[in-house]
Amino acid sequence: MLSCKQASQLLSQSLDRRLSWRERMGLRLHLVMCDVCQRFGKQIVMMRTAVRLMVSAKEQDERICLPEAAKGRIAKVIGTGPLN
Amino acid sequence: MPNPTPHDWLNEHGDYLYRFALARLRNPDQAEDVVQETLLAAIQSQSYAGQSAPRTWLVGILKHKIVDLIRRQVREQPMEGLGESLPDDPGMDEFFEEDGGHWSDKPLAWDMPDSALEQKQFLAALQACMDRLPAKLASLFMLREVHEEDNEKICKELEITATNAWVMLYRARMGLRKCLELNWLNR
Repeated sequence: MLSCKQASQLLSQSLDRRLSWRERMGLRLHLVMCDVCQRFGKQIVMMRTAVRLMVSAKEQDERICLPEAAKGRIAKVIGTGPLN
Repeated sequence: MPNPTPHDWLNEHGDYLYRFALARLRNPDQAEDVVQETLLAAIQSQSYAGQSAPRTWLVGILKHKIVDLIRRQVREQPMEGLGESLPDDPGMDEFFEEDGGHWSDKPLAWDMPDSALEQKQFLAALQACMDRLPAKLASLFMLREVHEEDNEKICKELEITATNAWVMLYRARMGLRKCLELNWLNR
């Protein structure tokens, strides 16, 4: 029987790799009996969704611009760079 | 139509590239740097043959520059800084009972809000929590959660083992989840 510590690690890893059959069975068995780990699993999935939302919101936020000072600096650097 | 010059790239896509980078890196200076590196690499590269939109092509280069930067970050802060227990035991013992490994600090219930306003506040809380994570954990977490690539490829690019990545991602998720509990749930 998995401990909550082991189950939480497997839940996290399940977002990053395919678990083995044995791991999946162990985890399923644990989750049937453990509401807290179930909740943990849902929350880390929500965090992934939220991070993606946050990133796409920022990407589309046209109020965020390359600062003028940086633009000037970069223009200078690329101006003297080799052209193809 | 004349070929676009690097200055056209800067003027037309500079803001977007900057937003793209800033959304993935924690500080504006780093975002400015990778935009500059991207344009320099674009100038030196002969690969743009008009086969894709310039923006798509530039973003492709930018993604590599972001990974390069995170790899340097991961190298500069050696694993020892995360504790001696790597790689097998991820630590996080403060959340579990010593014997039996049950939760001692049980995750409390929270959900992602539905309303736009609340969601905005939730994302702000999440951002604040990410800022509080060690830089290396936050960068890897960000890269993993938004990168469209699998973990194996990310590990290869960052030159870390898969086990190390799992340990770091676990710590990042445990830390963030707890932080959200403190700062979002108890707002």
